[in-house]
Amino acid sequence: MNFHAIRAIYHFEMARTWRTLLQSVISPVISTSLYFVVFGAAIGSRMTAINGVSYGAFIVPGLIMLSLLTQSISNASFGIYFPKFSGTIYEILSAPVSYIEIVAGYVGAAASKSIMLGLIILGTARLFVSFDIAHPLWMIAFLVLTGVTFSLFGFIIGIWADSFEKLQLVPLLIVTPLTFLGGSFYSIHMLPPIWQKVTLFNPVVYLVSGFRWSFYGVSDVSVGISMGMTLVFLALCLIAVWWMFRTGYRLKA
Amino acid sequence: MQSVISVQQLSKTYASGFQALRHIDLEIRKGEIFALLGPNGAGKTTLISIICGIVNPSEGKVLADGHDVVREYRAARSKIGLVPQELTTDAFETVWNTVSFSRGLFGKPANPAYIEKVLKDLSLWNKKDSRLRTLSGGMKRRVMIAKALSHEPQILFLDEPTAGVDVELRRDMWEMVRSLRETGVTIILTTHYIEEAEEMADRIGVISKGELILVEDKAELMNKLGRKQLTLHLQRPLQGVPPSLSDYALELSPDGNELVYTFDTQGDRTGIDVLLRKLGEAGIDFKDLQTSQSSLEDIFVSLVSERP
Repeated sequence: MNFHAIRAIYHFEMARTWRTLLQSVISPVISTSLYFVVFGAAIGSRMTAINGVSYGAFIVPGLIMLSLLTQSISNASFGIYFPKFSGTIYEILSAPVSYIEIVAGYVGAAASKSIMLGLIILGTARLFVSFDIAHPLWMIAFLVLTGVTFSLFGFIIGIWADSFEKLQLVPLLIVTPLTFLGGSFYSIHMLPPIWQKVTLFNPVVYLVSGFRWSFYGVSDVSVGISMGMTLVFLALCLIAVWWMFRTGYRLKA
Repeated sequence: MQSVISVQQLSKTYASGFQALRHIDLEIRKGEIFALLGPNGAGKTTLISIICGIVNPSEGKVLADGHDVVREYRAARSKIGLVPQELTTDAFETVWNTVSFSRGLFGKPANPAYIEKVLKDLSLWNKKDSRLRTLSGGMKRRVMIAKALSHEPQILFLDEPTAGVDVELRRDMWEMVRSLRETGVTIILTTHYIEEAEEMADRIGVISKGELILVEDKAELMNKLGRKQLTLHLQRPLQGVPPSLSDYALELSPDGNELVYTFDTQGDRTGIDVLLRKLGEAGIDFKDLQTSQSSLEDIFVSLVSERP
């Protein structure tokens, strides 16, 4: 195992985070605060509690997930796309590193960054509404697993994309709608019966539901299923990455 | 002589169907400077890219220091440093960070003293905290070399190292390549500048249309090519070469107006003075004369253009 290489890539990626601190940390915090002002304070005060949780508190896990997903994907996809775009990828490809080490460095950094961000948003939210975390270990587990899984997904998008447009395409057309429709702002039991079934095809439902359970002990689907689906998605991403490196897909001629 | 890179029956066909390399066999000797010459699109960069692991080979194999570059890529690649042709740098990184990054990437523990030495050798030390985007092209080229040297490679590839580089930097770079060779590093460079190969290389390989058409010691090659020709434009056409000059292997042009004498510059006596005297004795007058020396460039051009 080339730990020096993992460390080098990880540090390189994290240096980018610090260099672009404003856009990578501050702007998601500001936009999340805006959500709280609008949905938590302004509209939330007129909403009834859901499963005994006030609406302001109810949306906290969903909002964290929202940022976690979009940030993981954008960090990781940009992290690997940019060297491809600028040509500096030659060095990674010619280095004595295995794809596991490359993934560990890039995905590790992207996940660290988005998990840090999730925790910052959690702290920000605490300023607006009061809530307790019923199962802190599960909360951390969901946070880390989701951060890693979607950073992997972002990494895949970054390898697949051969233009900046494509880099934006998947997050914009697929991930954002799935996240908004994934029960961040509502319980899926509030949907008409047919949509309650359809929405189960949305992987984000399981993430949000499980994550919310770790806060309040209530969920739309059972926490075991949530965890299981998260692991399945993680496995799918790992298989995709393994295939990409094995075939040299969009990396090597 | 021990070979440090062994290319065996290497072929590469790109997905587009373009065959970039055809059955290349090449042995690079430990500690030599090997120059790979060839026109644009001949396959030089593809060959280097396969050895360094950036492009997958279609057929054949490559050993670097005895390690298969595909199956034992870790051992093979840690021996190799690559300076690619294009100046691709992380614009926002500092010189120090980008060079340290390369060292880590190649699995070496941090060694600030060594990085300092590399930067000083390449006259980059006072730029160590500069961001790469603020550097000139020549400075960026030096940074690329520093990155390639950061992990103390045994084999260094320089792909067109002096393309677009000013005379001073080119001299510096030649100097650096020579001093690296002193420390036992094997250097493979591709170049367009034939004078560069002439100046630097121990051996020369010529690649054209994906085939390696010649590999030879530079000294031997220059010896073969180190011939001069004396052409005499005669006042009156000749029917044939006079018997008194038969020792000289003269060639007469078909119209009888030119006499061509080919001689070896390596010899102590070229024989020109005697030849001219004998021409005078034979009553052959000439109105003009010229000498020409075949350079590596002539040979290169004829080698490459000979092939359909």
